[in-house]
Amino acid sequence: MAKIIVVTSGKGGVGKTTSSAAIGTGLALKGHKTVIIDFDIGLRNLDLIMGCERRVVYDFVNVINGEANLKQTLIKDKRTDNLFILPASQTRDKDALTKDGVERVLNELAKDFDFILCDSPAGIEAGAMMALYFADEAVVVTNPEVSSVRDSDRILGMLSSKSRRAEQGLDAIKEHLLLTRYNPERVEKGEMLSVDDVKEILSIDLLGVIPESQAVLNASNSGQPVILDAESDAGQAYLDTVDRLLGEKVPFRFLTVEKKGLLKRIFGG
Amino acid sequence: MSDQTLELKGSLFPLSVLSCPDLSVSALQTQLSQKLAQAPAFFYQAPIILNLTDCQQTPDFIAIKQLFTELKLVLVGVCGASSTLKQQAQQAGLAALQLGKDSKAAAVAAAPASKAAPAVNTVSVAMDSKVVEQAVRSGQQIYAKGTDLIVKGTVGAGAEVIADGNIHIYGTLRGKAIAGAAGDSSKRIYCYNLQAELVSIAGNYWLSESLQGEFWSKSACVKLQDDQLVLAELV
Ligand SMILES: Nc1ncnc2c1ncn2[C@@H]1O[C@H](COP(=O)(O)OP(=O)(O)O)[C@@H](O)[C@H]1O
Ligand SMILES: [Mg+2]
Repeated sequence: MAKIIVVTSGKGGVGKTTSSAAIGTGLALKGHKTVIIDFDIGLRNLDLIMGCERRVVYDFVNVINGEANLKQTLIKDKRTDNLFILPASQTRDKDALTKDGVERVLNELAKDFDFILCDSPAGIEAGAMMALYFADEAVVVTNPEVSSVRDSDRILGMLSSKSRRAEQGLDAIKEHLLLTRYNPERVEKGEMLSVDDVKEILSIDLLGVIPESQAVLNASNSGQPVILDAESDAGQAYLDTVDRLLGEKVPFRFLTVEKKGLLKRIFGG
Repeated sequence: MSDQTLELKGSLFPLSVLSCPDLSVSALQTQLSQKLAQAPAFFYQAPIILNLTDCQQTPDFIAIKQLFTELKLVLVGVCGASSTLKQQAQQAGLAALQLGKDSKAAAVAAAPASKAAPAVNTVSVAMDSKVVEQAVRSGQQIYAKGTDLIVKGTVGAGAEVIADGNIHIYGTLRGKAIAGAAGDSSKRIYCYNLQAELVSIAGNYWLSESLQGEFWSKSACVKLQDDQLVLAELV
């Protein structure tokens, strides 16, 4: 049975697409056949972060409209086995996605894939609702600041009332908190909410904490998901996150300010 | 599969008992629709027992069952039936249940009122208050009409919980809580951790700035005393 996971947040620019790319790649690295769907119709940037923008021929909307089939449209990732991208359209408007159409595509993908990751657009309008409607699990991406936490709370409300599982009275969507762009120094100074603050406010399980990291910017500039940069803090944090998503117990890292050692202080780093 | 054995155990479940002086399909249809319109989500697919205590003529069980299905209710059985009615109900695939002591009292108590104003009286056996099992999230609004509201999780900033009765919140109250919404000034708000945007009882309200102090971020009870809101210890 394929698992449908929505990566959502309410607020824009918090790291949904970065996280979709990283988690999707991580699941595939673990041997699970995975497809990442870009629901951000009209913007389209999953393909940029995955570095496959020049290989986009058809898109999600083409498949829904029957103008292309999945086989023609899915982009097979060049670096990672088991990984496919279903890109968004840049030219259509958001209303191009219909519930029936999305359901048809998801059902077809479910025959073939272990994980279907839905990279949601920002907001709480139709596009975001469509991305979360069919989900079995949700990764709620949140930055440690008040407005992002508030929007995540809002999205959690939608997950528990406006999703297919809610409407049909099935088991609730499994909700995970992914705290991204976490900066322990700024938390210490009281400029940002702490992990505990956010956990307390949202009261859902913590899936991962991704530090604010230059590695993310380098990765997206080179069109390579940051999880492949296994040396980097953010890469390692995403690897841990994927392990937890698969049910493993992994301790949390990068939560406190790193005390620089004597050598590091002398030689920099 | 083979080592799984069948198990049959007795259990008690809360069921709503429906009493109505007129059990014709048309009467049930109008009155139930009105009732449901008040709280559609609350009764969605609710299991219901039909009370036949005062029933004079023979109801059309098949048609009533059909009506319940259309209204998204589940008719599971009857209670208080005479032996003939019991048989007919059973033929329609309904369970015939014994009316418990408490619900008999409740059903009888409801009878005079139903004569004065022929309204549907649902007597819920063990589900008096409205209970919300999860957190109430930002942007959500919950209304417990005519009863108490119990929220097991937190009420997020930007969320609103309203009750004509009391409000009990076992998590943190960060949003708005409005008790005694129909004007009853004896109602109270109880919460485990008070960080509210607004609390109100019978129209008297305080914003978060008036709540700062001794009870902020602590458990508290909000009540009205001489038309004045006061905060008090929860226990
Ligand atoms: N952990 C991080 N550290 C630093 N920058 C990040 C991190 N996560 C995301 N970003 C940056 O934030 C911006 C928004 O990220 P993106 O994944 O596109 O967000 P969304 O899809 O939620 O709009 C991008 O410029 C991205 O590089
Ligand atoms: Mg995005």
